[in-house]
Amino acid sequence: MKILVPVKRVIDYNVKVRVKADQTGVELANVKMSMNPFDEISVEQAIRLKEAGVCEEIIAVSVGVQQCQETIRTALAMGADRGIHVLHDGDVEPLAVAKILKELANKEGPSLIIVGKQAIDDDSNQTGQMLAALLGWGQATFVSDIQVEGEQVKATREVDGGLETISVKLPAVITTDLRLNEPRYASLPNIMKAKKKPIDQTSPAELGVDPSIRLEILKVAEPPQRESGVKVEDVADLVDKLRNTAKVI
Amino acid sequence: MTILIIAEHGNTELGPATLNAVTAAKAIGGEIEILVAGSGCDGAADDASKIEGVTKILVADSDEYANALAENVATLVSKIAENYSHILATATTSAKNIMPRVAALKDVQQISEISEVIDAETFVRPIYAGNAMATVKTSDSIKVITVRGTSFEAAQEDGGSASIEKIDASGDAGLSQYIGSELSASERPDLTSARIVVSGGRGMQSGENFPIIEAVADKLGAAVGASRAAVDAGYVPNDYQVGQTGKVVAPDLYIAVGISGAIQHLAGMKDSKVIVAINKDEEAPIFQVADFGLVADLFKAVPELDDELQKNGFTG
Repeated sequence: MKILVPVKRVIDYNVKVRVKADQTGVELANVKMSMNPFDEISVEQAIRLKEAGVCEEIIAVSVGVQQCQETIRTALAMGADRGIHVLHDGDVEPLAVAKILKELANKEGPSLIIVGKQAIDDDSNQTGQMLAALLGWGQATFVSDIQVEGEQVKATREVDGGLETISVKLPAVITTDLRLNEPRYASLPNIMKAKKKPIDQTSPAELGVDPSIRLEILKVAEPPQRESGVKVEDVADLVDKLRNTAKVI
Repeated sequence: MTILIIAEHGNTELGPATLNAVTAAKAIGGEIEILVAGSGCDGAADDASKIEGVTKILVADSDEYANALAENVATLVSKIAENYSHILATATTSAKNIMPRVAALKDVQQISEISEVIDAETFVRPIYAGNAMATVKTSDSIKVITVRGTSFEAAQEDGGSASIEKIDASGDAGLSQYIGSELSASERPDLTSARIVVSGGRGMQSGENFPIIEAVADKLGAAVGASRAAVDAGYVPNDYQVGQTGKVVAPDLYIAVGISGAIQHLAGMKDSKVIVAINKDEEAPIFQVADFGLVADLFKAVPELDDELQKNGFTG
């Protein structure tokens, strides 16, 4: 089977995000960008399925500016076979990304699309579910374990209160949660090899998708700051403050 | 303007998360209706009909909704969506699974985890793990929205008398099947609704040390949580995780034990009313958000706290 893995270029996990002074967004200039961490888990999972002989080809897809090719290269260096870059300057929302991925899925015919459960920039947690709806496929979201069994995929999902197991017919959309796996680092030889792997470029227009923004961002502001409190002397002082000052116990 | 809320429920009873969405709906304004899609779900529908401020409960009672499979519930919601200006649900894992599917079926760009209602089209939502707050305005004719539970008080669960109306089921999509659940068995309150939460981090050093904070939690009637670092290290299961990628909590009292205070953890607990930090590193970022900080070795301080609570009459 073929597996499609969308990968998003986001501000690196370790960067402290700063809101722009004019409140139009967050500072992106000269900020380190990386692959969304949940997408790394998706790529890793696809590679493991390939190593297990379940999948023959992994296609990494990214939607956005020219530099998204770097994100695709990272996926190729980890072990994806080829890339598709959907070039679009400017923001793109989950619904438009889902429409783009739907068109690519119809062209490529993957049996599984493995999507990170959310991107750590806009924190939407929508794309995988929207894609499944548009394709009319089943979905298994927030998974911590998957087993491909014939024409089904059995998935363990992280839900409030514990775990849930479902079985979904293939083709299906999976969205990945943290505990699914630990993504590998690309080795130097594989980074070199990845430079020769093909990346096709296309655009929303070529795919017949209108990427216009639906949610107008009026303002991006700093969150309310908490005032830092006091240091207590010892445990007795702490219990006293909780009882008599804060009155929470 | 009529707002539809998708109920969070366990068939025989309504889940408390539904009450937060009702409060958000009241802030938007208009008639409020609640959809209970389940199997043998009269109990949940009855509970919903008593919520103050709700006019009508729609009940779709059929086998295909027994386990809230997204494909089946989303199909049902999309069929009745045209009757509403807004479709809301509190952002539980179940709603996060279903709502984007509804939005895509209606060609709507969903607004995830709103923390504030400005007007019927304009909402505030956290982005970048809560390090920035975006105010967004939608032009979609139906607004599909998930609500951050901790940002809206629970609506009054009694005092209302909504009518209950049965609606037709939409059938089984046949795409997925529920196999089973493994829910954490615990006598402690649920993390997201507990009044007090005691959480452990990497400083706990091992899962075997968690009983010392569990003892404190039990004296206070508190839930037990953990940082992502503690979950990643395998000390406790993932459903303990408080943070941007885990659960977002806002209890009256949050006690962070051996937690340094990574951005992603702070995002999940900084709306707590009172925060206590116990950490031996006085430079730890957690102290910047703590109301009361205790710089101490947790393996000494936590058992002392346990004794002190006992002395003060907290016996659990």
